[in-house]
Amino acid sequence: MDKSEKKITTRRDFLFTTSYTVGAVGLGAVIWPLVDQMNPDKAQKALATTEVDISQIEPGKSITVLWRGKPVFLKRRTQEEILEARSVSLDELPHPEKDEERVKSGKDEWLVMLGVCTHLGCVPLSNKGDYKGWFCPCHGSHYDLSGRIRKGPAPKNMEIPKYEFVNANTIKIG
Amino acid sequence: MSEHEYVPKSKAGKWFNDRLPLLSLASHLTDYPTPKNLNYWWTFGGILTFCLLTQIITGIVLAMHYVAHADLAFASVEHIMRDVNYGWLIRYIHSNGASMFFLAVYIHIFRSLFYGSYKSPREIIWIIGLMIYLLMMAAAFMGYVLPWGQMSFWGATVITNLFSAIPLVGDSITTWLWGAYSVDNPTLTRFFSLHYLIPFLILGLVVLHIWALHIPGNNNPVGIDIKKPSKDTVPFHPYITIKDAFALLLFMIIFAGFVFFAPNVLGHSDNYIQANPMVTPAHIVPEWYLLPFYAILRSVPDKLGGVILMFSAIFILFVLPWLDTSKVRSAVFRPIYRQFFWILVVDVLVLGYVGAMPAEGIYLVLARVGTIYYFLHFIVILPVVGYFEKTEPVPLSISEPVLTGSADYSMAKKDNEKI
Repeated sequence: MDKSEKKITTRRDFLFTTSYTVGAVGLGAVIWPLVDQMNPDKAQKALATTEVDISQIEPGKSITVLWRGKPVFLKRRTQEEILEARSVSLDELPHPEKDEERVKSGKDEWLVMLGVCTHLGCVPLSNKGDYKGWFCPCHGSHYDLSGRIRKGPAPKNMEIPKYEFVNANTIKIG
Repeated sequence: MSEHEYVPKSKAGKWFNDRLPLLSLASHLTDYPTPKNLNYWWTFGGILTFCLLTQIITGIVLAMHYVAHADLAFASVEHIMRDVNYGWLIRYIHSNGASMFFLAVYIHIFRSLFYGSYKSPREIIWIIGLMIYLLMMAAAFMGYVLPWGQMSFWGATVITNLFSAIPLVGDSITTWLWGAYSVDNPTLTRFFSLHYLIPFLILGLVVLHIWALHIPGNNNPVGIDIKKPSKDTVPFHPYITIKDAFALLLFMIIFAGFVFFAPNVLGHSDNYIQANPMVTPAHIVPEWYLLPFYAILRSVPDKLGGVILMFSAIFILFVLPWLDTSKVRSAVFRPIYRQFFWILVVDVLVLGYVGAMPAEGIYLVLARVGTIYYFLHFIVILPVVGYFEKTEPVPLSISEPVLTGSADYSMAKKDNEKI
């Protein structure tokens, strides 16, 4: 085939191009439902909120509740613990966040966070590790009294879920 | 690909074979010329086929009694163990069968590394084999999740969270894999579905693996190209079938030893505790066959870095045929490579050992040294040794050294006995 012939666009070329295009769109339309069916379904999404009674938690103690299949730590911190968490310079933190940003103002004693190590998803143990906060037994990540990563392979601080105080004794997570 | 035209003797056979040449295929497989010097390290292909079929048959039976639901799975496994007739036997064969499968596949892979079976013209056989190995790991991992014990649940959590290390889309991918916001019932049901599918994908790849093997024919302990058929070859049946059958018998004795006398020794006792999303076991370890990769993952103090290195440790094997620059296949004639081969074996065993230990102190140091050496072997040592190594004289044919009784062969023979 010489050059002059190459440039001619025939009706057949047009047919090929349009057929491929329509075929690709059709294939995509078929594949997407097959992919998306694996995402969380309506029943999973329906479990989005949990209300927790916090009236029984003494200072210095914590409870763990299940929210969306994941543990949530609710810790009522003592004044000393809050002070210690706030005395840390941000330069020392791999993922710098002030303690104030991790709690609701006026409710500074309540630390509410996902009890899920940001490394590979294990549940850290409380009151363990080099920083008196949490320690993940799986791969050795240490968290401080604000749930911030201090040492180990985890890249981020433990996540703070969306939550609110419904009244003085109840927290709604989600 | 047949060496000679096969014509069935009976009229009915000829009629059938003209329409679907299955008898020609059977004749090709029976007469297939095989190097006459294959040693027992070559019997693991047959052993692996046996392992795959054992897993498929016992798995189909287990699926008749197992219930894939987060609330019922654990109890249904106990139901299999206590109520189902011979359920304990079938489940122990299946769970120990996975370990035996990996034991055989590791011997098979290291045999290939020693004798250079991955080298030209067998690269495609090697790559298909690695794809089988990857699917085996996926199948084993998902199968381990199905009993819904503590190790099932937390193993699944840790492994699926590996994908959360991917920048930007990591969390979406993890949620998509789970079908929930954590490992939960939707995760279990899809793992069951895929666990049932994968062995059949493996079966398909095994057919391709053998097909690709039958194009150049088997490599052999001296690693030279041979004429087929010739005085260097024997027909597959009965010579190789009987040797494979004998090796398989020995293998089955070890297999049965585990099933009947130590069925839980390779498992973890925590998996007899039902899954609890609130409590992580103090010490999470994968099954033994994944430990070297787990050690590599933990040796890196960075999440994404660890995940990348762990996957690289497997994927580097795909380019192995092009990393090895040596013209000589078999390590029998490669005095330097031979030593590095054994260092690699020890390195992988050490990585496996530290993978089972806590990631701290001396174990962490060992894991890091072992990881660095693993990559050093493939990226630096293999290409460099191939250039500089002075290989020993390679015989012209398999028969030649036997007939002349040359000095080279006595060395080769000694080496064969050693490994």
